[in-house]
Amino acid sequence: MRFVDEYRDAERARALAASITALCEPGRHYKFMEVCGGHTHTIYKHGLEDYLPEGISLVHGPGCPVCVIPMGRVDDAIHIASQPDVIMTSFGDMMRVPGGRGSFLDAKAAGADIRMVYSPLDALKIAERNPSRRVVFMGIGFETTAPSTAMTVLRAAAAGTRNFSVFCNHVTILPAIKAILDSPDLRLDGFLGPGHVSTVIGCGPYSFITGDYGKPLVVAGFEPLDILQSVHMLLAQLAEGRSEVENQYGRVVPWDGNPRALEAISKVMEPRPYFEWRGLGFISHSALRMKEEYAAFDAERVFDIPGGRVADPKACQCGEVLKGVLRPWECKVFGTACTPETPIGTCMVSSEGACAAYYNFGRFTRERISEVGRGGGADRAGEPGGVREPVR
Amino acid sequence: MCLAIPGEIVEIMPDRPVAKVDVTGVRRAVNIALLDGERLAAGDWVLIHVGFAMSKIDEDEARATLALLEGLGEAYDDEIDALRESRID
Repeated sequence: MRFVDEYRDAERARALAASITALCEPGRHYKFMEVCGGHTHTIYKHGLEDYLPEGISLVHGPGCPVCVIPMGRVDDAIHIASQPDVIMTSFGDMMRVPGGRGSFLDAKAAGADIRMVYSPLDALKIAERNPSRRVVFMGIGFETTAPSTAMTVLRAAAAGTRNFSVFCNHVTILPAIKAILDSPDLRLDGFLGPGHVSTVIGCGPYSFITGDYGKPLVVAGFEPLDILQSVHMLLAQLAEGRSEVENQYGRVVPWDGNPRALEAISKVMEPRPYFEWRGLGFISHSALRMKEEYAAFDAERVFDIPGGRVADPKACQCGEVLKGVLRPWECKVFGTACTPETPIGTCMVSSEGACAAYYNFGRFTRERISEVGRGGGADRAGEPGGVREPVR
Repeated sequence: MCLAIPGEIVEIMPDRPVAKVDVTGVRRAVNIALLDGERLAAGDWVLIHVGFAMSKIDEDEARATLALLEGLGEAYDDEIDALRESRID
């Protein structure tokens, strides 16, 4: 599978789907979790579930970093942004994430200087250009983003920049997967492992999932055929009684990850004893904080933050969606009170969030799918916002 | 922010771990320190994440990924807009 045409070939997709069906045990129901929000996006956009036999469900996992930020941390960030002389910098995805007292966008409208940046290096540049201001970078993301934040701090330290700090909210994927595996309300048969987190951590760290929990994991790419092939690999493992880590995305993910990225993280950051995840509660050793050595760049030490906990809105069922217990459209406020324009919950905010992905790609044709039955994706190709055939 | 975008290296800066890349016509600098040891050169493709090159990829993979990303619509446009605003050097 090397060329564009092969990735997007509907015939290959159908052949894979037939092969997937052949691997399914009659009467058995399989539930696979796609950990990464990017996978969720591809699955909904291309209507991949409609290629799969009835017996297979894909449930989405906690792999959208914006979606797992608890409201209390958003409030803390806004508190920092509201201090005199502060410029808060953030990735665009964070701007609409609701805290207990509004979002970054609300705070900006109220007068706080909050700027969107593409990279933490851009935030550092703003600090260098504004020596009389205190510039804070809102660090969020999994192991894919954490090395960039760490490298930026190392650069700031080397340059002796004194007005730059990071409000560190970086999280790590493995404890979240463990929390889901330990959750009594979800039975999973295997995982589609996150593609880009794995470029950093590699494939080895997933071995506790296959060893201790006996669940196969396939690190998966983001093309429709990548996802189908990964499902096929998971089923083949189950059929053969195996439970191993396999790398379907080998053309991008080295088995051992990126040692320089891991080194940068461990130089600057260390695991927190515990961290609250939106909807999943407190998970031990599931996030990173700045090391004592880099205290001067740690916004949590530079500023006095309230550190309060804010309960999620009662109507919001993001927790169940993040754990894969509920599908986005099963949430009682999905698409009515909660939309991408007026999100109540975080899963509706980021384009990687399951609810936003489903809202944008699936909502309008779901009813029609149930009318026409499963399969026959070609008939619906090109419908606006709907389920499409994975063709070029 | 979660998107990793392929870019083609146009030029490697001689004095620092920075490369100028072309992402669908947008030319910006990215940091390549995390790929130290990969012996990157103009014409190579890298997967870029928030201003840092995370892995070297081949051209076919890069073009397939770009085609996928372009199909995302708004999320991809936002990422390219953000990249355009980037001032890494």
